Formats: sequence, structure tokens, C-alpha cells
Amino acid sequence: MDVEIIFRIAGIGILISVLSIVLKQANKEEQAEMLTLAGVVVVLIIVVQLMSQLFTVVRSVFNL
Amino acid sequence: MEIAQIVGLALLTTILLMILRQEKPVMAVILSIVFSITIFILMMSKMASIISVMQELTNRVEINYFFLATVLKILGVAYLGEFAAAICQDAGEQAVARKVEFASKIIIAVMALPIMIAILETLIDLMPG
Repeated sequence: MDVEIIFRIAGIGILISVLSIVLKQANKEEQAEMLTLAGVVVVLIIVVQLMSQLFTVVRSVFNL
Repeated sequence: MEIAQIVGLALLTTILLMILRQEKPVMAVILSIVFSITIFILMMSKMASIISVMQELTNRVEINYFFLATVLKILGVAYLGEFAAAICQDAGEQAVARKVEFASKIIIAVMALPIMIAILETLIDLMPG
């Protein structure tokens, strides 16, 4: 589960960068920006979940 | 051979980061956060076994458990602070990283106060008169 998430995020990043290059070539600058923003939000949601998991683990291990 | 897994994962992440950093620096930062969290969570289970051994030892020697708990809390704060500071530094935000380190130092100092007071009280008890 842990390792998959790295590949998933790297994949989303590469996909979004390729798609935004295509959109920029087609003179759709605003849509490329929107796509970047949407990608960042999607990835951020995954990261926030992961971070809450990390904090729970750390809290339970160190009795914080 | 867990270290082989981690080394492989680290090298792979480095290469993916190099690809991502040119096009989307934000994605690169997020990927490095995810990598740090993954390593952290992988290592925390090992850490838990170390800590349980230490608890067993303190039970056997009959040291006050409060001291070990404080040390563990300080360890946790230090790890978390260092984790955040390293990511901020990676993203080029030196100022934010410094502030996180500063805050974690202050919090550690506050947590260490009861131990310091205990040492002082022991010293006062030991002193004659």
C-alpha cells in the first residue's frame, strides 16, 4: 500500500505535465493552468490522508 | 533485506523527482513529502518494537516510567519537527524550516522542564543542611 502511493503520485504528476504541455501547444493556457491546479488538489487530498495516518502512528508509538 | 527495498525506492523516487522537478515543481515537493511519510511509516513499526524493549527494561530496573515517557515524547517531537523542516528546506523555504526547528526546540525545552526540576530536587535532597 505504501509503495503504490509513490508511483500513483509520480504517475499523476507526469500525466499532468504532459497534458499541460499539450494544452499549451494548442494555445489553451488557462485550461492548462486549471489542469495543474486540479492535479495539485487531487494529490494534496491523498497527501493529507497519508499525513493524518502518519500523525496517528507517531502519536501511538511515542505516546504523545 | 528491508534496506534493499528502501534503497531501491529511494533511487526510483530520486529519478521520478528529477523528471517532475523540471515541469511541475509543486508535484515534486508533494512526491518528496509522500516518500518521507512512507519511510517514516515503514520505520515506525520497528521503532515501536525498540520502544517496547526499552519499556520492558525500565520495568525491570524499576525506574520511574515518567522519565522514559518524557524522553519518548521528546523523541517524537524531534522526529516530526525534523521531518517538516527537511521538506521545507527541500522546497527552498529556508525561513519556514528555521521556524519549525525553532518551535520544536522550544517545545522540547518545555517538555524537559519536569526532568530538570526532578534533578534539581534530587540535588537539593543530597546537599547537607
